[in-house]
Amino acid sequence: MTAATFRVAFAGPHVTVQDGGRPGLMRYGVPASGPMDRKSFALANVALGNPAHQTGIEVSLGGLSLQCLSGAVTLAIAGGGFIVQIGERKLGAWAVITICAGQTLTIRPGPWGSWTYLTFTGILQAKDWLGSQATHGSSGFGGGKIETGQTLTITEARVMENCEGPMPCPVWARPLHLLRCVLGPQDRYFAAETIAAFTGSRFELTDAFDRMGLRLRGPVLMPRAALAIPSEPILRGSVQISGDGVATVLLSDHQTTGGYPKIATVLSDDLDSFVQCRPGDVVAFRAILPEDAITATRLNRGRFTAFLDRMSGSG
Amino acid sequence: MIPTPDAPIFRPIAERAVLVEFGAALDQAAHTSVLRLDQALAANPCAGFCEAVPAFVNLLVEFDPLTTDHATVTAHLCRLLTTKTTTRPAGNEREVLVCYDPALSPDLAVVAQQTGLTAEAVISAHLSGDYAVFMYGFAPGYAYLGGVPAVIQLDRKPSAVRGVAAGSVLIAGPQCLVTTLLMPTGWWIIGRSPTPILTGDAVRPFLFDVGDTVCFRRITRAEFDRASR
Repeated sequence: MTAATFRVAFAGPHVTVQDGGRPGLMRYGVPASGPMDRKSFALANVALGNPAHQTGIEVSLGGLSLQCLSGAVTLAIAGGGFIVQIGERKLGAWAVITICAGQTLTIRPGPWGSWTYLTFTGILQAKDWLGSQATHGSSGFGGGKIETGQTLTITEARVMENCEGPMPCPVWARPLHLLRCVLGPQDRYFAAETIAAFTGSRFELTDAFDRMGLRLRGPVLMPRAALAIPSEPILRGSVQISGDGVATVLLSDHQTTGGYPKIATVLSDDLDSFVQCRPGDVVAFRAILPEDAITATRLNRGRFTAFLDRMSGSG
Repeated sequence: MIPTPDAPIFRPIAERAVLVEFGAALDQAAHTSVLRLDQALAANPCAGFCEAVPAFVNLLVEFDPLTTDHATVTAHLCRLLTTKTTTRPAGNEREVLVCYDPALSPDLAVVAQQTGLTAEAVISAHLSGDYAVFMYGFAPGYAYLGGVPAVIQLDRKPSAVRGVAAGSVLIAGPQCLVTTLLMPTGWWIIGRSPTPILTGDAVRPFLFDVGDTVCFRRITRAEFDRASR
């Protein structure tokens, strides 16, 4: 078995090692973490014939540049519309390519998207925490942040020329600006007109956007009275309203409990493409019933699984 | 409608969870109901069950929407509630070492001043508390312990202090917390513990389960330094 090694020539902030995540530990204060855009991450793996959750790298708008020091490995890139180059050669934002010793891969922000994923036909060596290499951003536990100057090793590195080429970016992997949500679980703390303002208004993404959450700018959504609600569990996708009436959508590295009321919770399925929006983009929320949320999720998940199956069949 | 420990409210969350609420305000009976249902569910999970998260007065039950739905999960939880036992679920007692050396307890003097006690009396009060783990939150391993005696209960500071060391023993209101990471906090730092909450043990990675009782044992600076090595 051969290895490929890379030197991190440059890594922006919030570039991390991720895998499928670490579910099941929220009762200990540990969110699942894992990729912000789980679908693109899975596609990047399946394009190489990997299991959908194999460890890879999440690249933020900060960008990433890797210099291959030794060996050769085929890799896939999928996610936002980033600019991807090997040396001077431009690739598509979604591509499978082989990189050899002496070449440099550069990924930087392009026309759209906030996150993109890099996966390998081989095993990225990374630290494990509680059975997962997903990085929990604020603690750095798990595979960890990718830092400029560090060395990355891919063991069992293989070259798969038959996979190489551009990949189509499915339309549902593009940024999503209309988010389906179910009201609650604390919508009762808001007056009817405040709920109407939430579902009837547009919200702008601020640059307070990281793996924990995304703060929005829009109408002030004040709860009915000053609140002292006991802290309660939070899910990824919770729309939390702080004391000054500002909405934040909680994401991969969210806190597991908190005392701010949650006016609504976004469907898990919509979060992957929501996080591909950028600060300044405008989004809106559409409230649906819990049973309709389940029906929609089953439909979407079925389509996604079928897409992955077709990809792995053709790969 | 107000939820009670005997008549909870089930609130659907998105496409994938139910929040079972046993009370609207902090209340021991509500918390006991949370622990009972949490244990009953762990012993008898429904199809599609993913994970449960206990908090002060409510239990979050997350499920796989491809397998089940809110109504089916709620019906299962109702069945578990009707077969509940009357005894309080037993937690284990966990010991946490704490050193109150002035260099490790930067707020001890202020807490003493604000409560009108001597520093030694604040320490005695802290050691005398009947602590129990009510929930985790904020960051991995941050276990919220209830049971700080009334004489040393203070509101949190008006603003957070940055760079507070892992292992700091903090109090605010009725709650106590032993930190696991270098983090900002607005709570009062009254000591430092060498006892790891994130144990590094694969089988038992967290020292506490929600529902455990906790007993603080005072150690000297020399013992702290030895234990921290």
